[in-house]
Amino acid sequence: MSNFNSDIISPENLVYKKPSTLTDTPLHYCPGCGHGTVHKLLMEVIEEMGIQNDTIGVAPVGCSVFAYHYMDVDMQEAAHGRACAVATGIKRCFPERYVFTYQGDGDLAAIGTAETIHAANRGENILTIFINNGIYGMTSGQMAPTTLEGMVTTTSPHGRNVKEQGYPLKISDLIAPLPGVAYVTRQSVHKPANVRKLKKAIKQGLEYQKKGLGYCMIEVVSNCPSNLKISALEANKFVENEMLPFYPLGDIKVPEVK
Amino acid sequence: MGEIKLMKGNEALAEAMIREGCDAYFGYPITPQSEVLEYLSIDAHKRTGMVVLQSESEVSAINMVYGAAAAGKRVMTTSSSPGMSLMQEGISYIASAELPCVLANVMRGGPGLGTIQPSQGDYFQSVKGGGHGDYHMIVLAPSSVQEMVNYVGLGFELAEKYRTPVMLLADGAIGQMMEKVELPDQKPRKTVFPDWATTGKIAGKPRRYITSLNIKPEEMEKINHILQNKYAEITKNEVRYVTKNIEDAEYIFTGFGLGARICTKAMEIAREKGYKVGMIRPQTVWPFPTEIYNKTSKNLKGILCVEMNAGQMVEDVKLSVNGQCPVEFYGRTGGMLPSPDEIIEKFEECFIKGGK
Amino acid sequence: MAKLTGTVVIDIEHCKGCELCIDACPEKTLALSKSINKVGYRYAEQANDNCTGCANCSLMCPDSVITVYRKINK
Repeated sequence: MSNFNSDIISPENLVYKKPSTLTDTPLHYCPGCGHGTVHKLLMEVIEEMGIQNDTIGVAPVGCSVFAYHYMDVDMQEAAHGRACAVATGIKRCFPERYVFTYQGDGDLAAIGTAETIHAANRGENILTIFINNGIYGMTSGQMAPTTLEGMVTTTSPHGRNVKEQGYPLKISDLIAPLPGVAYVTRQSVHKPANVRKLKKAIKQGLEYQKKGLGYCMIEVVSNCPSNLKISALEANKFVENEMLPFYPLGDIKVPEVK
Repeated sequence: MGEIKLMKGNEALAEAMIREGCDAYFGYPITPQSEVLEYLSIDAHKRTGMVVLQSESEVSAINMVYGAAAAGKRVMTTSSSPGMSLMQEGISYIASAELPCVLANVMRGGPGLGTIQPSQGDYFQSVKGGGHGDYHMIVLAPSSVQEMVNYVGLGFELAEKYRTPVMLLADGAIGQMMEKVELPDQKPRKTVFPDWATTGKIAGKPRRYITSLNIKPEEMEKINHILQNKYAEITKNEVRYVTKNIEDAEYIFTGFGLGARICTKAMEIAREKGYKVGMIRPQTVWPFPTEIYNKTSKNLKGILCVEMNAGQMVEDVKLSVNGQCPVEFYGRTGGMLPSPDEIIEKFEECFIKGGK
Repeated sequence: MAKLTGTVVIDIEHCKGCELCIDACPEKTLALSKSINKVGYRYAEQANDNCTGCANCSLMCPDSVITVYRKINK
């Protein structure tokens, strides 16, 4: 492969490189999976804020179960759904540390609903990054609490029938009214502009945590090419055309300006 | 000599927690152990700065314990039988991730919602591994309020020495009864944390992570070997028990916790009636004091195991005795307590009248 | 008007060929390779010198394999 314009490769012309807060371990995610993008953004923010040594992360059970192999910060692997309880244990003991949980929709919005809602309601000063791809990725494509009506999964092979299988759960909207919750926003990673916005949101969330404003949740509407059995590009189109109409992007709750 | 007080078991447990420099307590109310959280809520934070938090469930409480323990803190939770069932998932993860912490189960009668009266029905759950996978935790069985206090300090010592969860297996009666106790002096809280603890990365050093996951079978088996070697080490070093009158004994009464206390009275009555009865009381039910049963039983005419359940520890007694003498069982369930007279009656029926 | 010259360095061994970068490139600079990397993926590579260093590709790359350089020619 020829390298075009290789004469400009020098440190002063550097625009973007992988953050030093990501480890060298290659990600195990499928090609085009949004997890990698969100990992990268979170680690970029931690690098830019200079808080690598002040941050403790909690990984979930789900596709991102190995997040601790990639994020170069102290981390704990929680049981399925319990990340917010684990993070509570850490944050209460180390209130000066930045504590985040990184969870998928099954982890956070199904098995861990109680832990999530109560951590939010107690106003725990933690940041939750919530990846909503509408499907169970790790167990290979079963229906998630966030699966859209009519969406085909391995456990809703005829499309999600809401009369039988319940409705897709908008957990972010559910927790936003709680007084302990400072910041809830829904973002995506399907286009460069959205990636930029998500990064800003993550930084915002950690800054709110520093101010001790309460629980922050950033929902990321993401893709799952492998389990939708489509390409990464098609999966991002699915996000745009099918998921975003039901899960609209934007801030759901922001702290009052003081 | 430490401060002497008249205290309820649950409150003494909570007081010991504060004095042993516990950093955090997470718990959920359940009878008959709710006084622990109530007592800590009064002024524990003010006294030592320790974190006291009422969680939304036992599931959450044990995972808060996981988080705090993995960050190197001295942490405890307590519950009673149904709540302990909910914690089993978390205990399995804690054992696998090798996190030190102390748990207390103030047992009540089961199964199911059961009763709020005392029981010892969770012996199997505690010593055989109530959660999934091959793991053990050290299980200390207090038979008095004093031991409830002593085992908090001992529990933390063992938990930190072996990086393992330690359980105090008490029951509703010990939790609720008032007795004279000598309390330990106030110890300072920890300021130095172990190297493995996830307290925030140290510049220039590799990050730490706590996990119980290893997807490669070869490596997961290695982790299992590490755990099993640790359990062998604990079994070698940490067996604790007390004996009474075993030198001339022809018979042994045995039991743990409150069951053993009732046996003590029964043994006295038996001695008055001329029977040469001694006693063995395990203080650690895991590791189980196999050796003393095995050694003693060679010269015995029989052992009567008394428990507040349908017969659980008796299985370990039988394994230890290995057929060297007959082992019989007497138990009450559902919150009922065996009386010394019932024990004598059972003893005479098994070993004297029947002539087994 | 100042002209932007850009280029990318791609860690091809860790590229999974998902094509998100290719789709995100406004200058159509990137294309999928004909050959495969050690893992068996076709990887992203520069197909021409149109790159302006906008970094959209690196933003979209889930595997953080793209490093971007840009020079403003005055």
